[in-house]
Amino acid sequence: MGGKTPGHDPIANGRAGHVVHSGRNGVVKPQEEDSPHGLYKHPFHESFEETPMMVAVITYMGYGVLTLFGYLRDFLRSWGIEHCCNATERQEQKDFVPLYQDFENFYTRNVYMRLRDNWNRPLCSVPGACFDIVERVSDDYNWNFRFTGNVLHGVINMGSYNYLGFAENKGPCIEAAADVTQQYGVGVCSTRQEIGNLDKHEELEELTAKFLGVEAAMVFGMGFATNSMNIPALVKKGCLILSDELNHVSLVLGARLSGATIRVFKHNNMKSLEQLLREAIVNGQPRTHRPWKKILIIVEGIYSMEGSIVHLPEVVVLKRKYKAYLYLDEAHSIGAVGPTGRGVVDYFDMDPRDVDIMMGTFTKSFGAAGGYIGGSKALVDFLRAKSHSAAYATSMSPPVAQQIISSMKCIMGEDGTTIGLDRIRKLLRNTHYFRQGLRNLGFVIYGNDDSPVVPLLIYLPAKTGAFGREMLKKRIGVVVVGFPATPIIESRARFCVSASHTREMLDTLSKREGIVHPRRTSERERVSSCSCTSSFCSVHHIICTGSSFICLELHQHHRIM
Amino acid sequence: MAGSEQWVLVEMAQAVYEAPAYHLLLEVFLIICIIRLLFFSKSYRPLDRTQLTEAEEEELIREWQPEPLVPANPSPPYLKYHVVSGAAGKFVTVDNRECLNLSSLNFLGFLESPRIKAAALSSLRKYGVGTCGPRGFYGTFDVHLELEMKLASMMATQEAIIYAYGPSAISSAIPAYAKRGDVVFADMAVSLPLQQGLSASRSNIRWFRHNDLDHLETLLKEQAAEDKKNPKKARVVRRFVLVEGIYLNTGNVCPLPELVQLKYRYKFRIFLEESLSFGVLGDTGRGLTEHFGINVEDVDFICSTMENSLATIGGFCCGRSFVIDHQRLSGQGYCFSASLPPLLTVAALEALVMMEEKPEMFKELREQCRLLYDSVQGIPGLTVGGNPVSPVLHIRLAEPSQSRERDMATLEAIIESCAQEGVAVTLARCIEKDEVFPPPPSIRLAVNVELTQGEIHRAAVVLRSAASHHLLE
Repeated sequence: MGGKTPGHDPIANGRAGHVVHSGRNGVVKPQEEDSPHGLYKHPFHESFEETPMMVAVITYMGYGVLTLFGYLRDFLRSWGIEHCCNATERQEQKDFVPLYQDFENFYTRNVYMRLRDNWNRPLCSVPGACFDIVERVSDDYNWNFRFTGNVLHGVINMGSYNYLGFAENKGPCIEAAADVTQQYGVGVCSTRQEIGNLDKHEELEELTAKFLGVEAAMVFGMGFATNSMNIPALVKKGCLILSDELNHVSLVLGARLSGATIRVFKHNNMKSLEQLLREAIVNGQPRTHRPWKKILIIVEGIYSMEGSIVHLPEVVVLKRKYKAYLYLDEAHSIGAVGPTGRGVVDYFDMDPRDVDIMMGTFTKSFGAAGGYIGGSKALVDFLRAKSHSAAYATSMSPPVAQQIISSMKCIMGEDGTTIGLDRIRKLLRNTHYFRQGLRNLGFVIYGNDDSPVVPLLIYLPAKTGAFGREMLKKRIGVVVVGFPATPIIESRARFCVSASHTREMLDTLSKREGIVHPRRTSERERVSSCSCTSSFCSVHHIICTGSSFICLELHQHHRIM
Repeated sequence: MAGSEQWVLVEMAQAVYEAPAYHLLLEVFLIICIIRLLFFSKSYRPLDRTQLTEAEEEELIREWQPEPLVPANPSPPYLKYHVVSGAAGKFVTVDNRECLNLSSLNFLGFLESPRIKAAALSSLRKYGVGTCGPRGFYGTFDVHLELEMKLASMMATQEAIIYAYGPSAISSAIPAYAKRGDVVFADMAVSLPLQQGLSASRSNIRWFRHNDLDHLETLLKEQAAEDKKNPKKARVVRRFVLVEGIYLNTGNVCPLPELVQLKYRYKFRIFLEESLSFGVLGDTGRGLTEHFGINVEDVDFICSTMENSLATIGGFCCGRSFVIDHQRLSGQGYCFSASLPPLLTVAALEALVMMEEKPEMFKELREQCRLLYDSVQGIPGLTVGGNPVSPVLHIRLAEPSQSRERDMATLEAIIESCAQEGVAVTLARCIEKDEVFPPPPSIRLAVNVELTQGEIHRAAVVLRSAASHHLLE
């Protein structure tokens, strides 16, 4: 987990910052001292505190306990002592080669299953600033859920990617979408290349290109597929892809499907990237040593699990120097950062033409679905002819396209109001306020100060589950994530700040969290605290870990919502 | 043993003792030479010689010129899209010309159904448009669960899972089960999303000729022979067969009953893709299994898009919980993508209800398919590919030239003539260079249950005259 911040010794990075800003949480300013080019026009603060050794050890112990219990329970299940709730293979196919390897599901069966109530919670309202959750309980330790018929109303939504608050069920956007539904229906039943290229799509693409400040753009029905179905059109065997280690699965899948060689550089680490670039050009392809046909650097704008922002100015310098192409995935950053909501390019006040392929999704800030690719006219014409999405996938649903048009016009101020701009500003204010609030409480939070994705480190797997449950009891919906979505010792909760959150909501949140906090949820101890405190805390941790496992083991009717 | 060794040692010592001095000196010299050669000589390391200096590296970097990201001046020029204004229902306005629509895969005419629109609107006013999250992170809505239950009960399976995008259902489902080292037997005519799924799985792929189960059996026998040689490996190598219900690329129907017989003989699992057969075949539109009267459990999982018959967006997979539940953590397009917008989910739900309420529509649809199939037979210069029960037919040139471009141009000319006469048909588009077996160029006709007999006849007449105009001159 080294090298989160370029040019900084990982150990120095958290602690050094800590010394400078004692009481705060490992805030470092890498760019101000680091950047030789004066590339950054405004302060760029990112913090990634190194996991303290003690916490790491305890977390591993936590997993150890879980694994031991897992083996024990598997043993009991195989002897028929414990009732096995697993779905089973069909009797007629028992003699087939098993569909899964046994160890494949060990983690799912014995770890995920116990915490599973924290995910897939069903909503029954618009995912706005607050949402309603359908209450569910399990009578058999999360193997099956049943609905109680109750609804939890007014849960504060810190989970949805509703950055600009366009997840709404009334207002001008919805009226426009309703008209389009009446006129076009919801489906298309054909592909863009055949007879599914609606005038709505053309309108949306023109607007998207204008919004991004690029020559042309193309839109696709699904954000995930925008990556996985278009990267293969752009690079082939004999090309090289340099991919950030924390890139989203869709980018990884697209890269794999393309047949190009993939090399991974450390997260946001420009030294690692430059080294790979040099090495690639100097040595050429493996074995044959032929020069690479193209080199494509793939990065994201905001990394959704870390809350970090790509070091775009430096990436662009490297890309120019080494003649590579740049693919920027703005899934989380478009709309969410930048003074006019145009994503990281806007945030760093750069020229969109510096990025060869601007990709993003409409799921998050625009409250819709789908994705886009913007760039030169040649690129977009090429994709219109060669993209798998254009030839094999039904085009975007018209009401969804309309929702994007309306919300994008609002962000651009083309609807004649300043609602869009106000929301962008409010999001930034909310982000700063919320991050500061959590820091003041002493939590370890990751990421850039300006990033609305706020990961709060919890470390221990059982505490992660407990945190999610306790928060829901206090009517706050948060996302908790652990291995394999994060490194094994860095389980975390993730908050997504929205422009629709009011100051009061954010206040209640930090206050309520304060209540959850001392029991067994947060990571209050600091690395720099004196050793006796931290060893006391570790004892506390072990007790917590143990007790929550025992809770999981013994509670016959564990109420889950 | 020990005794004889000892004796050898004694003998050696004796030999050294008795040897002349010059001999000993020579041997010591030789030993020193060997040690020197082994440890102190510069060994031959080719890499060392290619170690570049900083300046040389810089020069290489300066000299390297990448290919352009996309070709600057493509030849032939790229495809231009037709622009459709308004809904593409039974009639469609393509490039400002109103035409009868025989190209959309809107088999049941649900695209313009007022009932579905009304359901979608009420959902829109409750949930808004987007879900703003993947299923795991507050992107699951009650309507998703409802739709999954409805699909499962309709298909008479234990469980169903929905995806936000048609092609990603099958292309995520395949790699969730088939892994490196497994063997997938796939029909050569499967469409590209299935090929992408196969490619993502990194399994060994054995292609069998389109709908040729004898060829499949030959391949299975080869596999069985191989398994016999290495029974240890055979115990962990999973075998799958991947087929489509009605093939998008050919319009032919998969011979499922024979395949199921083979399944139990050779112990493989069947993945069935039903994008064109779900909502089309069978008395209640349940697809291929109902069409052939086969127990749905004999197929390991069924996958389909909801973008054709159901006229919404998204896809689904259904089967036993043992199989399907695995995708909730391993289906990449499920876990890592935003979920299906509620209004599209509700549209699918409403469409399923309508299918249940009015099963006669499937009989009508089959009559239309039959009628179209019969009426496009015997056009001079063209052949018809597909099955009379299939809602899509492929019209191909009877005598293709050597050049794919030229054939496409001929077909495009026919399509243009049809459009002038008010009938919208389309080329079956594919990205030729990415297809493992590129299908020959064809015009793909699609049936809509709302078409009248007269309209189908008219379309056939228009096609016939356009073909004779372009092919017989």
